[in-house]
Formats: sequence, structure tokens, C-alpha cells
Amino acid sequence: MLLKITFTQQRRVRLAQGLWLMSWLAVMSGAFIFCLGVYLKTELLRRAEVMDNTEIHMVPNILMMVGLVSIGTNWVATRVCQDSLDASRFPRWKLLLMAWFAVAMLLCCLLLAVVVLSYALQGRLEESLKVGLRNGIRFYKDTDVPGRCFQKETIDRLQMEFRCCGNNNFKDWFEVQWVSNRYLDFTSKDVKDRIRSNVDGRYLLDGVPFSCCNPASPRPCLQYHLTDNSAHYSYDYQAEELNLYSRGCRQALTDYYMEMMNSTGPGVLSVILIQMSVLVSLRYLQTAVEGATALEDPEGESVGYLLEKGVKETFEDVKANVLDILKFAQVDPSAAEGSPGAEDAEKPADNTTEKAASPTPSPAS
Amino acid sequence: MAVGKVTFSKVEREKLAEVLWLLNWISVVTGTILFGLGLFLRVEIHKWQEVMSEQGILYVPDMLITTGLAACCINFFGGKICLDCADTNKFLRWKLVMMPYIICTFFFTSCVLAGALMCYGIRSQMEESLFMGLRNAMRYYKDTDTPGRCNLKRTVDLLQIQFQCCGNTGYRDWFHIQWISSRYLDMSSSAVVDRMRSNVEGKYLMDGVPFSCCSTFSPWPCIQHHLSTSSTQDKQSQQLNLWRRGCRQALLDHYTGIMQSIGLTVLLIWLFELLVLTGVRYLQTAMENVLRLGDPESESDGWILENSLAETARSNFNIIKNLGKCYQVDDDPNINVPTQVQVPVTSYFVPETRTKT
Repeated sequence: MLLKITFTQQRRVRLAQGLWLMSWLAVMSGAFIFCLGVYLKTELLRRAEVMDNTEIHMVPNILMMVGLVSIGTNWVATRVCQDSLDASRFPRWKLLLMAWFAVAMLLCCLLLAVVVLSYALQGRLEESLKVGLRNGIRFYKDTDVPGRCFQKETIDRLQMEFRCCGNNNFKDWFEVQWVSNRYLDFTSKDVKDRIRSNVDGRYLLDGVPFSCCNPASPRPCLQYHLTDNSAHYSYDYQAEELNLYSRGCRQALTDYYMEMMNSTGPGVLSVILIQMSVLVSLRYLQTAVEGATALEDPEGESVGYLLEKGVKETFEDVKANVLDILKFAQVDPSAAEGSPGAEDAEKPADNTTEKAASPTPSPAS
Repeated sequence: MAVGKVTFSKVEREKLAEVLWLLNWISVVTGTILFGLGLFLRVEIHKWQEVMSEQGILYVPDMLITTGLAACCINFFGGKICLDCADTNKFLRWKLVMMPYIICTFFFTSCVLAGALMCYGIRSQMEESLFMGLRNAMRYYKDTDTPGRCNLKRTVDLLQIQFQCCGNTGYRDWFHIQWISSRYLDMSSSAVVDRMRSNVEGKYLMDGVPFSCCSTFSPWPCIQHHLSTSSTQDKQSQQLNLWRRGCRQALLDHYTGIMQSIGLTVLLIWLFELLVLTGVRYLQTAMENVLRLGDPESESDGWILENSLAETARSNFNIIKNLGKCYQVDDDPNINVPTQVQVPVTSYFVPETRTKT
């Protein structure tokens, strides 16, 4: 027996009561996990326009599913606790409890997997943001193209809210034409020069949109001719730090989401602990109550344990059971060969008995 | 002729006491709500205090906070009293305290009403304060190197971005002030010097606005400068390019919305408190009448005022008048009256007066 504890009637009652309370606590924590998943999902969906793929959505999806299943599972545990001290009603839970333990273990494993995933998927999130932001910046000017007309507003709001500029930094805006041709005066010499100065015929300039401007700068915002020191009075391109936001939006968004997921880490770990303790306590309650019902005196002492045999033996047993079930499912060739042989062995015995019974020969079937 | 006379049997008195006990506890909760609302309003006003010129507006949330705390204390006390009032013996303990308690509660209930009315009445004062405050903030926008004003640029920029507004009344307010500091102006350039000489006060005025006036809803890149000298196409585009609303209007709407909903909640709380006060008054008068009748099991009357309103007012006025007279001595019959009883010469005891010869 693994980790056995002796339970008197008093202790069994206490265990049932404590477990009932803890199961309701576990139901609340299941609801908490579900709400956490919903919150994460809404936050990710809000910025879905600057994300290229939805791989990161795996984390909140698993959280929501685990939350719902956990609520149901722990509610079942409360019902089991209520019935555990009643000898007539407890036996009907016997079969279900095996399945319950399996489901509870699975939930704990899934929650652990979520914690691991939230770290592991950081790279994928960055990739997704990189591609999404690059597209957003490229289509910034296309406010008249259906399907892309909101990119400008999205990027502007994003830059102002997260206090960031461009993909890696503000220089990303220098490589893209972010002023639409509709607002360019093609008769102007300056415009024509700029368009002719690069291979693709795009209007590139060393300026950024207004949403990159930093309100904390002591100087009114300089948006255009950023690389030209002589274009502005008392301006040094290399030394100017506060004029625009220095952070890139990819970094800002990644930090934001990682911080959110890290702060949920302790919560998830404590829920795993609660679930594990419910599991262990329920196992003890089950074995103790079953032991008590097997005694002559149901009110007497009984032994509760985690596993009936040692770990290795239990594992062998489980393996044998699983293989049996699998064998049962196969159309067993060895059994099929065995049975015709058995039939043949029976047939001559039948024939002899029949021959003995009646003189008429019976054709061998 | 009593005002609002109702007869109470013993059972009804006990029921009334129980109900009042429960209502008093609910009032404690509403008192905390009042306190919370006052705190919330204070925090909201504090956020944008830099663009308000006077701090007198803070008396509204302070009033709500104090009345909220007072509500909690008074109703907690009242709950204890009402629970004891069900029993005539225990009521004797509180008999003397009841009247001052009711007067206190009446006074505090009128404070709650005053708080609610203030929430509605503060609008014009707030508009004045915002007008002056925003004008100053815009004037000191460029003074990012002056201690005490260095954060105003950031505050105004964040205000215009968050509330989607520009300037005091509109974007043209920026044309009348110099919002670019002289530190960033090239004084050797003729264009700059011309501009500064072109107006009386020597300020660098331009027809441009700060970047925070740019609208995110506009489909084209923001045009901030040369707003007056733009072509026809740009004039059309100006409609959406900058935020149309003035910040004074935006902030006023924001705060008026908050204060109207707070005012409505406070009015509802006031009605509830009035109900509790009326109940406590009925209970007090009913219990006093029971004691006067002498029989705890009998029915008694409860009322709001013993006599009609006019008589009560008159008697209270007389009491106040007589209170004032207690330090005057004119009416005292024992003073300044000459002694009328004279000791007679013929008395039973004749002193021997013999002259010595």
C-alpha cells in the first residue's frame, strides 16, 4: 500500500466535509481559469489586425476549455462527498471515480502545458507581429481600398496607445510610402524629384506620421526632414531622443502580452495545486469509505491509501488491463484458429456419441 | 391637532422597530456608496486639475465624502437604537438621546439633499473654471523649461488626444498664441523675424496647431501647418483632419455626465434616508406615548409633529426667544424691589437704654 493513513469515523466525516469545501473552492478556481482564458482571448482579438497568424490563441483556448471541464469535474466531486458518508448511495459512484481521476490528472497536465506554452510561443508571437505590422505599415496609405481602409486608424491608435513607432523603430517609416498618391501634388518639383530618386517610383521621405510623436518631448513635434539637421533650428538627429517614441511596436506588443501571461502564471499554478489536493483527498476518502463498508463494523477504523500496491506493480497491472482491452477489440487470429480446432476435436466426439446413439451415419458437417 | 397621526398596536411597534433596524443597516451600505461616489469624483477632478483654474470645485466631492461617512456613523447608531426600541424597558435608556438624534439625522439628511443639488448646480462654475484654466494651459504650452509649468505641454497633448478635442473653443485658438518656444526658433532667419514683428506683442504666431490636434479618423496624413493658406482641396479635407470639438466643451460634457449620474444616485439615497427618518420619528413618538399611558401592552399614537405646523413653529420660536432672554435680568421678580416688611420699634424684647447720670 502506498502512503496509507488510518481513518476513524470521526476523521472520515471531517475529511468528507473538508473535501466538500475544497471542491467548491476548486469549482471557483475553474471559473477563474475560464474567465482568465476569456480575458486573454479578447485582448488578443482586439489586436488581431496586426497579427498574422492565430497560433498564440492556443493558450486562451486551452484555458477556457480546462476551466469549463474543471467546473463540471469538481461539481461531481462535491456530489461524491455528499454521498460518501451514506453507505447505500456511495457504491454507485465506484465506476465513475476511476474516470474522474483520469480526467482530473489530465486537467492538471493541461494546465502545466499551458504554463509551458505561454513561454514557448513567444517566438511565434513575435514572428506573427512582425509580419502583421509590416503589412499594416505598408497599407497605411490605402484608406480607399476596401478591406484595408482601417489600417491607418489601427496603426495610429496602436502607436499612440502603446507609445511606440514603426516595427523595430521609427526608421521603418522611411522605407515605405505612407502618403497616398491622392494627396501628392504631382506638378511640384520636389514631389517629382523624390519619386524619380528611387527604383520603384515611390514617394519616400524621411518623415513619420503624427502618431509617432511623443507628448513628453519639450519641443513641438518634428515629423518631417528628420535626418536633415539643417532643416530645423538647434536640432541634432543623433542626439534627439524625446521627439518620437523610441520603442518599436513589435517589442511593445510582445512585452505587453508576455507580461499579461506571466502575471497569470502564479494563479494557474495555485489552481493546479488545488486540483491536485482535491484529487489526493478524494482518493483517500474513496479508499477509506470502501474499507469501512467492507468491515463488520462500518463505524470502525479503516485504512485509506493512494495505491493498493506499489507504484511499479500498479503500473504493470494497468498495462495488463489496457492490453487486455486492446486484445478484446482485435479480431483475435489465435482465438479463431483455436476454435475450429476445438470444434474438430468436438465433432469426432459427437460422431462417436451419435454413432453409439443411432446406427444411421451422420454426414460430417 | 397632530400632523400625520397613526395608531400603533404593540405588535406593530415591534414590527416597525425591526423593519427600521434593517433599513438602518441598508442605510449604512448606501452611506458607503455615497462615500465611494465622492471619492470617485475627487479622483476624476484631480486627474485634470491642471487645466482648471480654481480648486473650489473640490467642495462638491468633499461634501459627498463627509456626508457618506456621517451616514455610516449615524445609521449604525440608529440601528442599535431601533433594535432596543422594540422593548419599553430598553427604550428608557435612549429616551433622552432620541430627540437630539432625530434633529441630527434631519440636519444630515438636508446635507445629502444639498450635495445632490450641488452636483447639478456646479455646471456654470465648472465652465468658467475650465475656460480660464485651458486658456492658461495653452498660453504656457511652450514653457517646458519653467519649473511649475514644465508638464503643461504633456498634459495638454494627452488631453487633446484622449478627449479628441483641439484648443479651447476650437482649433483656431492655437492661432492666437505662441506655442513654439523661442528656444527652437532661429532668430537669425528673416522669416522668423518678420513674423515676430508683424504683431504688436512680438510673438511668433502661426496658423498651425500641435500634433495632438490631428484626428485619427482622417483618411489622409495630418496637415497641421499653413491651415489658413491651404488650397480648396485642403479646405475640404480640413473638415476631418483635426478634431472639431473644443476641449472646454469636451471636458464639460465629460464631467457633467459624471455629476448628473452621481446626483441622481444621491437623490435616491436622500429619499431613502428621509423614509428612515420618518420611521424613526414615528417610533420615537409611539414609544413615548406608551410610556405616558403607562401600559406597555396598549395601543399608542405616533405622529410627526404634535401640533400643527404653525403652532410648532410658534412654540419653537418662543423657546428660542426665551433662551435668548435668560441672561437678561429685567423680569426677575425678586430683584430691585424695596423691602416692604419694616422691623417695628415696639418689640417684645426691649433693650434697656439707661442713660447714666
